[in-house]
Amino acid sequence: MASAFIYADGLRRDERLERLKLFGLSSPAILLVLVILVIPVGWLFFVSFIGADGQFSMENYERMITRKSYFRIFITTFKISLFATALCILIGYPLAYFMSQLPNRIANLCMITVLLPFWTSLLVRTYAWLVLLQKRGLVNDWAISLGLWDEPIKMVHNMTGTLIGMVHIMLPFLILPVYSAMKQIDRDLLKAASNLGASPRRAFWTVFFPLSTPGLFAGALMVFVLCLGFFVTPAVLGGGKVIMVSMKIVSNIELFVNWGAASALGVVLLTLTVFVLWIASRFLNLENIAGGGH
Amino acid sequence: MTDSIQGALPITARNITKTYGKVHALDDVSLDVKSGEFLTLLGPSGSGKTTLLMVLAGFTRPDQGSLKFGDQEMIRTAPHLRDVGMVFQNYALFPHMTVAGNVGYPLRLRNVPMPEISQRIEKALETVQLGGYGTRKIDQLSGGQKQRVALARSIVFEPRILLMDEPLSALDKKLRDRMQIELRHLHEKLGMTTVYVTHDQREALTMSDRIAVVNHGRIMQLATPQGLYEQPANRFVADFIGDSTFLSVERHGDQITYNGVPLKTSRPVPDAASLVLMLRPERVRLATKTTKTVNEFQATASELVYQGDSYLMYATMPDGTEISLRGAIRQGTVAALPKIGDHVTLALEPGDTVLIDGRDV
Amino acid sequence: MFGWLRKPASETQVTHGQRLWLYVFAAITMLLLVTPTLIVIPMSFSESQYLEFPPKNWSTRWYEHYFSSPEWMLATVTSLKAAFLTMLVATPIGVVAAYGLHASKVKFIRIAFVLLITPMMVPVVLVAIGAFYAYVKLGILYTLTGLVLAHTILALPLVLIVTGSALKSYDMNQELAARSLGAPRWKAFLTITLPQIRFAVVTSALLSFLTSFDEVVIAMFISGGDNPTLTRNMFNALRDQIDPTIASISTIMIVVTSIMMVLAQVFGRSKADK
Repeated sequence: MASAFIYADGLRRDERLERLKLFGLSSPAILLVLVILVIPVGWLFFVSFIGADGQFSMENYERMITRKSYFRIFITTFKISLFATALCILIGYPLAYFMSQLPNRIANLCMITVLLPFWTSLLVRTYAWLVLLQKRGLVNDWAISLGLWDEPIKMVHNMTGTLIGMVHIMLPFLILPVYSAMKQIDRDLLKAASNLGASPRRAFWTVFFPLSTPGLFAGALMVFVLCLGFFVTPAVLGGGKVIMVSMKIVSNIELFVNWGAASALGVVLLTLTVFVLWIASRFLNLENIAGGGH
Repeated sequence: MTDSIQGALPITARNITKTYGKVHALDDVSLDVKSGEFLTLLGPSGSGKTTLLMVLAGFTRPDQGSLKFGDQEMIRTAPHLRDVGMVFQNYALFPHMTVAGNVGYPLRLRNVPMPEISQRIEKALETVQLGGYGTRKIDQLSGGQKQRVALARSIVFEPRILLMDEPLSALDKKLRDRMQIELRHLHEKLGMTTVYVTHDQREALTMSDRIAVVNHGRIMQLATPQGLYEQPANRFVADFIGDSTFLSVERHGDQITYNGVPLKTSRPVPDAASLVLMLRPERVRLATKTTKTVNEFQATASELVYQGDSYLMYATMPDGTEISLRGAIRQGTVAALPKIGDHVTLALEPGDTVLIDGRDV
Repeated sequence: MFGWLRKPASETQVTHGQRLWLYVFAAITMLLLVTPTLIVIPMSFSESQYLEFPPKNWSTRWYEHYFSSPEWMLATVTSLKAAFLTMLVATPIGVVAAYGLHASKVKFIRIAFVLLITPMMVPVVLVAIGAFYAYVKLGILYTLTGLVLAHTILALPLVLIVTGSALKSYDMNQELAARSLGAPRWKAFLTITLPQIRFAVVTSALLSFLTSFDEVVIAMFISGGDNPTLTRNMFNALRDQIDPTIASISTIMIVVTSIMMVLAQVFGRSKADK
């Protein structure tokens, strides 16, 4: 029998071609993202180093440190993001815990109350709060008739309204990952803790809570990052008094057509976002955060 | 569908190599499967047996090699053009189709006319004893039934080669034993070349014409079940197939000695640098009287296990090696057995004195 | 009834009574989550400009104002067109990309995946001004095409994640089986895999639609002229004063969203309850 020809190069070529074809399936998507996001943002990076006179300059970045107003904007953004995240944790964690203790069918019903706002348009929800919190709005009317306060309190176009709105919008982003993490906790562990002598409170804080922290961390992180770059709700509910970085970027372009300033702000915001995400990725699988909400 | 597959194809694999980084999943493997043969690839997990099967199916592309089905070179052919039937470990049935939908799928792909499709589906189902099951949904079937549907699906288009990847491992023992016999009958009826992958040596011995024992990406030995059991090529094969204990022996010219005592053997002595004596538990006897013709070993009984139909005894040799021997139990056997700690004499017929290559592979 | 309070509520034998505060808290939270959204609906029927609840006088004047306004109608049509087109573009591109990434053995897939997720991670403002900058150069500012493309990259991460997760829990062996039976890879995907991940695909389509329909910031920058979106006009109106017409638009948007979600459930349900 004739000795067989041993294929090697041909096989290698076949393998490479197959890999290319498979990878090529994602090429339209990659192309789109490159053209519309990566390249323009990359270009903005360069633009941020161009000063008002059209020459290379660091003035856009210097402005952020020297001008008090810019500095204040960053502080405001951080403050609001931290507060909103903290409030979301305080309000969202108990609700998630409550739902995790329910039988599945009832829990799913309760989940609707979380998902319904989640899928409702951002603008609609923001608008709802605008109407509810206005001087002649529902909250003031009911509070006065219940005797909580005498005069209508200003709850919109300030920090209060902004925070209320943001927390309402961000809650689902925290609840969903935390709930998902809680559902995965093995109930037998709590039984074991009880059996070993832990009181219910002890069992919760030493067993349940630590096991839920990855989900909590993921959710809190997502909320924080989203708050940093948030535009719509602060813009509407803050009424121009509460200025966050994203709003400054927009006003720089819309009002002043100052691409240099806007890009520089954008670069800083992006860097901060990436930094926070990078820290998180050290502790978590990033894909789980993104997937946890759906 | 005709009763037996016409013209089953032989498989010729030459120098198949597949590496993942530094690991050789397949190391220069060559194999000949005879036309119509039932050949099993037997080995532990990670041995490369499934990789080899995947190369045959076309799902794993080797770094190099040649693969012929009959006279046709197939190594670069896409899997969907190879015309081989394949049965997966977890059946891989399509849950969104009925049984008939699953079995008819390959026929629809080949543009077989509709009336003929229904006919052939029913014929295939009857062959696996599921006649009339066409309208059933997949989730209504038991494990054994799913198995048969997977089988029917893989033979309905009359492939001339059938590949099976541990198809019975998900079934319980009783069902598995029964299916082994049924698969064997099916093979005899249809006659297609079959390559079967398993890690269960019992299964391999029951079903195969020949077995290729695989380890570390290489074929350790290719032989009939009896050949493998009686004359394993090395320690790995001996250990993997059946139970065995090994005693180190020395070669002095023409003589093989254990503990200085020469051994009598009627078996071929391999031409290896180091040799071991392989003892199968059922071949070692308790000596009742001394004979010049058998090999005798002195040992101390260390353990005795009653197993209902047989007894298992462990005896310790002077050098510390523990060997096991098994014997049938009949009237009076148990009473005659030695007690633990007793000195025993073990006998081994020259015909059962098997010497094999002692290297570690 | 009070006996129930003494019954244990969990493995640690905490009673319902001890947890009462949690139940009340949770109930209030759920109420607060849902109320703002739903309350817009009855308020939109209020005759007064201040949108009372409950409305003293019922009227559909804000709806009439909305439907008779050419600007609002144009914006609505633009938003619906953009959302629909985004759905049609993002879903196939995303599903195919998800499959490619899932089936691919190349080491670059991780990088590709991260790249495709970035539109979701980067603050929307940046995406918006970046797109604005690019579109001025490309000459597609204020066009429907530009809007759809930008919304598509926003929707892609969602499609990838939803479809990707469905593929992860899908038994790829079925595709191997189909290929061994004679189906080329694309046919195996279409006839075997796709039907089984259809819930994910339908959900992806829905998410793409909603992402585009609800999107504000990008639309603010790159829609306008002949193609203003509903959200853009709404946002501008909100910045100036509380236009009650927006209540009626909001109600309609809530209805549209709900319809989409029901459709997804109806068309997407597979045996495996998601």
